[in-house]
Amino acid sequence: MGWLDWLSAGLVSVGAFFFLAGTVGLLRFPDVYTRLHALTKADNLGLGFVVAALALQAPDLSGAFKLLAIWTLALFASVTVAHLVARAALREGLEPWRRR
Amino acid sequence: MNAFLFGVAIFLLANLAAGLVRIMRGPTAADRMLAAQLFATTGIAVMLLLAEALAQPAAQDVALIFAVLAVLSGLAFVRRVWGKALKEGG
Repeated sequence: MGWLDWLSAGLVSVGAFFFLAGTVGLLRFPDVYTRLHALTKADNLGLGFVVAALALQAPDLSGAFKLLAIWTLALFASVTVAHLVARAALREGLEPWRRR
Repeated sequence: MNAFLFGVAIFLLANLAAGLVRIMRGPTAADRMLAAQLFATTGIAVMLLLAEALAQPAAQDVALIFAVLAVLSGLAFVRRVWGKALKEGG
């Protein structure tokens, strides 16, 4: 395994850690808004690291661009869904959690 | 390298299984939808890892489909379910 493979393995590990952090946030955070944060930010960052690791392994530039396009599409999906869910919740009066 | 990628894919699937608890517990409908979105994001990552580990570039197209389905399912939920669920109290 060359240095490129070690770098990819390291990036995939960091990505997997961020996925774990996102799930811990999804399970432990106190209300919908904070759980949205955990899901969209941490998970998409983890996906970005995994895509970066795999782009390093891609056989040519077009393969790497395809992976980046997939990541960008996943980002847009998460952003759109998070915004719409939070806006609807706020409009209907779902109160954000406050520290007691 | 392939064995490591398989290991990470299995770890992500275990992660997903843990996230499913939110579907059972989540007080509001959006919490359950968030777990479904977790399915989508984790599915994309697992598909990309498997595409690399099995040397099947076609699996990247599957990941692309997951991303599009995440958008569609999230939009359908917000438009059809979320407003009504909130009016009835979550």
